[in-house]
Amino acid sequence: MVVIMTDKIIIENLSLQYSDGAESLRGISMGIPQNAVTVLFGPAGGGKSTLLRCLNRLNDLTDIKTSSGRILIDGENILDPKTDVIALRRKVGMVFARPVPLPMSIRENITYGLELAGEKNRIKLDEAVERSLKLAAIWDEVKDRLNDPAVALSGGQQQRVCLARVLALQPEIILLDEPTSGLDPISTGKVEAALQELKKNYTIILVPHSIQQAARTADHAAFFLQGELIEYDEGKTMFTTPKQKKTEDYIMGRFG
Amino acid sequence: MEKSLNWREFVVTRAIKASGYSAIVFVLLIFVFLMREGLPALSEVDAGNLFSLRWYPIEDLFGILPLITGSLIVTFGAALIAVPFGIGTAIYISEIAPRWMREILKPLVELLGGLPSVVLGFLGILIVSPNLRILLDLPTGLTAFTGSLLLGGIAVPTVVSVAEDALDSVPRAYREGAWALGATKWQTIWRVTLPAAKSGVLTAIMLGVGRAIGETMTVMMVTGNAPVLATSLGSLFSPVRTMTATIAAEMGEVANGSVHYHTLFLIGIILFLISLTVNVIASSVVFRAKKRAERILS
Amino acid sequence: MMKLFARNRHAVQRIGYTLITLMAVATVIPIVGTVIFILFQGGSAISWEFLTGFPYDGMRSGGILPAIIGTLYLTIGTAIFSVPLGIAAAIYLSEYAKDTPLTRIIRLAIINLAGIPSVVYGLFGLGLFVLFLQFGTSILAASLTLSIMTLPVIISTAEEALRSVPQSFRTVSISLGATRWQTIRRIVLKEALPGILTGVILGLERAAGETAPILFTGAAFFLPQLPQTPFDATMALPYHLFVISTQVPEMPIQIQYGTALVLLVFVLTMNVIATIIRSRARAKRQW
Repeated sequence: MVVIMTDKIIIENLSLQYSDGAESLRGISMGIPQNAVTVLFGPAGGGKSTLLRCLNRLNDLTDIKTSSGRILIDGENILDPKTDVIALRRKVGMVFARPVPLPMSIRENITYGLELAGEKNRIKLDEAVERSLKLAAIWDEVKDRLNDPAVALSGGQQQRVCLARVLALQPEIILLDEPTSGLDPISTGKVEAALQELKKNYTIILVPHSIQQAARTADHAAFFLQGELIEYDEGKTMFTTPKQKKTEDYIMGRFG
Repeated sequence: MEKSLNWREFVVTRAIKASGYSAIVFVLLIFVFLMREGLPALSEVDAGNLFSLRWYPIEDLFGILPLITGSLIVTFGAALIAVPFGIGTAIYISEIAPRWMREILKPLVELLGGLPSVVLGFLGILIVSPNLRILLDLPTGLTAFTGSLLLGGIAVPTVVSVAEDALDSVPRAYREGAWALGATKWQTIWRVTLPAAKSGVLTAIMLGVGRAIGETMTVMMVTGNAPVLATSLGSLFSPVRTMTATIAAEMGEVANGSVHYHTLFLIGIILFLISLTVNVIASSVVFRAKKRAERILS
Repeated sequence: MMKLFARNRHAVQRIGYTLITLMAVATVIPIVGTVIFILFQGGSAISWEFLTGFPYDGMRSGGILPAIIGTLYLTIGTAIFSVPLGIAAAIYLSEYAKDTPLTRIIRLAIINLAGIPSVVYGLFGLGLFVLFLQFGTSILAASLTLSIMTLPVIISTAEEALRSVPQSFRTVSISLGATRWQTIRRIVLKEALPGILTGVILGLERAAGETAPILFTGAAFFLPQLPQTPFDATMALPYHLFVISTQVPEMPIQIQYGTALVLLVFVLTMNVIATIIRSRARAKRQW
């Protein structure tokens, strides 16, 4: 587990505890490379989602008791209080477990973030809508009804619109927190395929909803257990020859 | 762009926070101004006069006891009406009525809460009091009881909505458990649902009573406005005068800063303190009940 | 034996149900009765002259225009102060406030404001606005008094409406680079709007029907002309009804019923609008 200085994200000794005593992180250190899918997996409550929410400072919305350590993105510590969190969140997009289309049309869902950022040019917005919906592999399904409410779509379509909504902001990093947990296998396949395409240009961090998904998608994989990083390796190695007993037990389905 | 956004965000956030505190400011302001205008009465009117049985300001007689008992007896009568009918209606709406009926009844009860009290007073004068006079063979229909009847109607919506909320928030599993043990729906209502909603129902009663004691226009119009000490329940059927009606009827005619003026504010302080007490107790009952529920559930 | 017992229990239930149902009926019938009765009795008094004319002959003839306009002014005046303040306070409680002792004190203050008798608001308005701030007996003083009285209704209903907007919308909006206020303005307020509107209208409905708070702060017995500035006193429908049903001897009963009818229609219209907004929003809601 070597921290390489060329990694997109470098996490240094990150610890965190919520006020209500829920899931926490203990001394996490890892580097996350560019243009690859890094999978964070392990049993529930292990700290995967918490780590994701640190990367775009979404944890600011939650009551946190203590936190320490650093997260460097492109060499800058984003946990610094002086960080521009708005700019950070545009750079680090997030897709949630349940698709949450905002209560507006498909088109408005996509342009929401851009308009917040001050983009008013109709042509640019239209371009962004088409480009991001195509990237999320949903363009053909919705191009004729962009003005329909996004909630009218199926769950799988909604989730891809949510992915497109993130892509519209042209982020550098995409966080996905069990993005396919409520989806049928076909929709799941489409999302996973889209991710394989996207990783060429983005840094992707995925919390998978199953070990199978982890094994299918991971270029790199990190196993979390009770707030600690147990093992971090290339995906192929991890799911065939794990080095730690705990990792092996989990992958073999002996607990969790 | 970014800069102006931050600046606007800062101003808006400040304004919102300031508004959040406004309720406290207003309660304090109300308290301060009542005190400022009402406390002088305590030095201007000696205690013997203040707690005497005669309210006759023209002769400088400021006995507030008849007004207090007047308020109490009218409110008592109103509670006798509003509590059973309010809770009964709440039980009907929440436990018995079919869905469509509920959809009709809830807005109707809300509507009653919105009827201006002066309209009820108007009908009280024209319809209720003459009929009561004949029905009960009284010398006048403008009595405490007439006020109670109408005030009951005014308090009912408060009782219904709070009690219905309380009944509604009893978990469905409680009822299902009782039914599974063979209880009839009726037994379930009495032995399970009502006891489980006890604190909410209590709050409903208190808030209803609080609403009744503070009501002004209706009682002023129909209770006869005679400041006579109510000594027994028999007084229900004679004219009385409440604290609220006294303020409303006399404040328009007194000179600002006079003893009479200060004394009317003093009555205002009493009303303010009564409503404060009722509401603090009512909300602490709710608070405690919530805590207990949390303990049980955790 | 068992059977008898069972039959008994069901008989009890039947009697109990009947009793409760009768109570509900006894509660509702007078409400409906009152409304219908006044509609019938007052209907014949309504005429163009009644709605657009000034009262004369010691109010025993003529119309009630100044009272209608006055109530309109007071309602608008109340809205100007209480709506922005009430919604902002609700936003604070729902979106910003944490569960601290201070927040609990704010909630207690709101509950207390809701419970203070209307005539005490009248005293307060007299002390603060009319005398101390020297607004005089005026639309301004009466509107401010009614605003503070209306505030708790608006705050609590608006807060409930804001809270019912799913938390996930806020999280998503923030994650897309929105500030807290952008999230509130573009998502939360928009979604809570019907609920807020319902609360606002119900609050203003109460203000429009109130008499006691304006008795010494802005209501006039009779005015020969319409108020010209916010510093003028005004006639108002509820106060006018009070006056003509208790203070004017030999008042024609037709005019009394007509006035009650106009007041009732004013208030009922607001009530019905609020109810419609609420039920339509519920039917349309997608979450």
